[in-house]
Amino acid sequence: MDNKVIKVRNLVKRFGKFVANDNLTFDVHEGEIFGFLGANGAGKTTAIRILSGLLEPTSGEVIVAGFNAGRESEQIKKNIGYMCQKFSLYEDLTVKENITLYGGIYGLKTSVIRNRIHELLEKLHFREYENRLISALPLGLRQKLAFSVAVLHEPKIVFLDEPTGGVDPITRRQFWEMIYETAAKGITVFVTTHYMDEAEYCDRISIMSEGKIVALDTPENLKKQFNAGTVEEVFIKIARPNISPIHNS
Amino acid sequence: MYKTIESSGISKSFGPTKALDEISFSVNESEVFGFIGPDGAGKTTLFRIITTLLLPDKGEIKVLGLDCKADYKKLRKNIGYMPGRFSLYQDLTVEENLNFYATVFGTTIEENYDLISDIYSHIEPFKKRLAGKLSGGMKQKLALSCALIHKPELLVLDEPTTGVDAVSRSEFWDMLAKLRQHKITILVSTPYMDEAMRCDRVALIQGGKILAIDTPQKIREGFSKKLFSARASEKYKLIKALKQFHNTLTAYPFGDSVHVTFMNDTIDDSLYDHLKTSGINDAYITETEAGIEDRFLELMNKPE
Amino acid sequence: MKRFLGFVKKEFLHIFRDYRTLFILFGIPAAQILIFGYAVSTEIKNAGVAILDLSHDEITLKLTDKIISSGFFKRTENLLDYNDIDRVFRKGKTKAVIIFEKGFGKKLVSEGNAALSIIADGSEPNTATLVTNYTLAIVNDFSTELAGPGNPNSIRIKPEVTMFYNPNLKSHFMFVPGVITLILILICALMTSVTIAREKEFGTMEVLLVSPLRPIQIIIGKVMPYFFLSFINVLLILGLSWLVFGLPVKGSLVLLLGESMLYILMSLTLGIFISTVSDTMQQAIFISLIGLMLPTILLSGFIFPIENMPEIYDYISMILPPRYFISIIKNIMIKGTGIMFIWKETLILILMTLFFIGISVRKFKIRLE
Repeated sequence: MDNKVIKVRNLVKRFGKFVANDNLTFDVHEGEIFGFLGANGAGKTTAIRILSGLLEPTSGEVIVAGFNAGRESEQIKKNIGYMCQKFSLYEDLTVKENITLYGGIYGLKTSVIRNRIHELLEKLHFREYENRLISALPLGLRQKLAFSVAVLHEPKIVFLDEPTGGVDPITRRQFWEMIYETAAKGITVFVTTHYMDEAEYCDRISIMSEGKIVALDTPENLKKQFNAGTVEEVFIKIARPNISPIHNS
Repeated sequence: MYKTIESSGISKSFGPTKALDEISFSVNESEVFGFIGPDGAGKTTLFRIITTLLLPDKGEIKVLGLDCKADYKKLRKNIGYMPGRFSLYQDLTVEENLNFYATVFGTTIEENYDLISDIYSHIEPFKKRLAGKLSGGMKQKLALSCALIHKPELLVLDEPTTGVDAVSRSEFWDMLAKLRQHKITILVSTPYMDEAMRCDRVALIQGGKILAIDTPQKIREGFSKKLFSARASEKYKLIKALKQFHNTLTAYPFGDSVHVTFMNDTIDDSLYDHLKTSGINDAYITETEAGIEDRFLELMNKPE
Repeated sequence: MKRFLGFVKKEFLHIFRDYRTLFILFGIPAAQILIFGYAVSTEIKNAGVAILDLSHDEITLKLTDKIISSGFFKRTENLLDYNDIDRVFRKGKTKAVIIFEKGFGKKLVSEGNAALSIIADGSEPNTATLVTNYTLAIVNDFSTELAGPGNPNSIRIKPEVTMFYNPNLKSHFMFVPGVITLILILICALMTSVTIAREKEFGTMEVLLVSPLRPIQIIIGKVMPYFFLSFINVLLILGLSWLVFGLPVKGSLVLLLGESMLYILMSLTLGIFISTVSDTMQQAIFISLIGLMLPTILLSGFIFPIENMPEIYDYISMILPPRYFISIIKNIMIKGTGIMFIWKETLILILMTLFFIGISVRKFKIRLE
């Protein structure tokens, strides 16, 4: 397969003496849902900042969407989307205003934005909400809208930070279906999360610990490899082997 | 049996939004009782009513045998409360935080050290560090120590595991399990279904209403259909195909598989045929046991 | 009580840990005073004076000579009549005009006293004060010399000082009451409201409310440290202004400190009141800055004299506590008046304090709503 949208070779990032990313090497393919896991302080945030062009690597090669993360960060920013749970949409703007704003930021033509708004609202059954403030929307709808806005400009990669944390089970399912649909269209979905049950939905996951990637495979293979029932157990076995996981039944 | 909390018909609205709608439940002494539900379900509002921070619009509630409105002063002395955002002073050290809460509740660290030792020992080596500089897991442990320092009869923990990594989360539940021996009743809320398994009893809560109250095991067993787990290499196609199948009741993505229920609770060749015509040749379907989340989904879909 | 002390200790820890804010609170008033103190020199050299000698006798010439030869002054012009005064000040080189009345020498010899006028350029208050003080000293010296060692009081020159342009001589001394007034309301109201709003914002207020601490203990515990800080700040400002420009407190120091405490208390209760109406630190800061700082600077008479304001601002400024405190502190420090002259202002401050305590305690919630 040569459809690698993210290609990382020997990535090292140091802050003074502290090594945040210690020789990372991995690939992410087109249309893949890639889970990026790790405990607090394992170096995830640093790696994502490098991948999204916000930080320059100390050494190593990082190619994102065909561009070099150190030198061509502006190109990278045009080709990625980002959504996090806490902040994505302006609460004091309406649905339409938010979409128009983001469309404008990513340089979409007014006519294109108008079409996209139309498509989006139809698809999400959002018509009635068009002129409503984000703050007046139910949480689940906000989440779905935030994701739609993050892929509005049809980026090659979309980064999601704990996308379904705290949402109700039904909305969560609908959200993952949206993610699958997006991935089926060829957009790569890069998910970071603390929640291992969220990781189970990914095609492949990597687990970081102390600046290194210590495991990388499909959830199924990892569970087999570590003789574990859930990704959570895998994670805990890697991070601290002497602790029992949530499910002790 | 003595009930630590007894409530009937509690309602609370904020303007037009009904945060709690006729909530009734009771919590037994020394049990770990969990409120499981998504953000916005009403968990925080309910906990604030229990901790006397809010008054319900309607309904009765007694905590530790005391009235939440009239006896709020007495009650406040016996409750340990850990709000959603860890209530720590970021600019004070670990030790100063703990000392502060101890004095405010009229006790000292030494007096109740045995109660918190299991938890506090993890962070004691960093006791001179500012609370703001701790990792999420350590903040959580410190906040728990602070809430426990006056040996409350009732411990109320609002989403203690949100934003904390899996290892710390697991450790945290181990600590709660150990607290049982001190005869402290623990009320805990979480949006994460898997944590329900660590509670003695749980209430599933959604949209200000309680969907079910029981032991986690009984709640799982309450799932009314046979549940099947389906896998295929193209998951999105699989979900779409399953949803189109005439016999399918529900089909939801669930981790690396799809959880499906059928109207007649059985799978036969017509299903595999349907999947094949939809372009899925590698479908693998087995019966599986329902989890809390499956039951939650089922209850959410149930017409009232 | 132990509970309460533990709370106060925590508040002090917050304050000392945030050393940047602490530095600003003490550094800014100190810096203002120091900069002002050193920017204005306390010495004069070759200051321009013009002489309007309407007498032209031996004594006036001698005295003029003594003044000019002192080294502090330089004669810019000899004027011929009063109409020249305005012209010579306009040129800007002349800092003061010394006027000898008609028949100065004759009167002094025959009647033992004569009148001398000093008109100084009030647009530079500091220089004006220095020039007049130096001139007065020389004149005094002269009259003692003239009288001879036997009977020093037999001859008296009656000097009369007038300020041109700035008749009330608003000098840098006026700056000190302004700084005290401003800094106190800043520390007390702003810092108190921010610290309470911070507890709300970080969610710690929830736990405090659930704790056995009583609301009044929380309020007093929040207020106490700032009461001390503010009081120390008052002492610091007074001490520095005394050291740097020898600013005296003409009236009773005890009264001044007492009034300061009252004003501090008033500002603290105001701060608590602000915190009850704001849920975030941002709101608290906004209300304090826009609602207190600007009016204090603009309307309380700190910079612009209230007498010169349009009437409407006069009425607006009546609801501003700083207005009364500035008046009190000016009276005590500069005019040296006692409580009899400022009891009205004091009473108003006391009433305001009681008012804010009243509504704060009523508004401070024992629950979250």
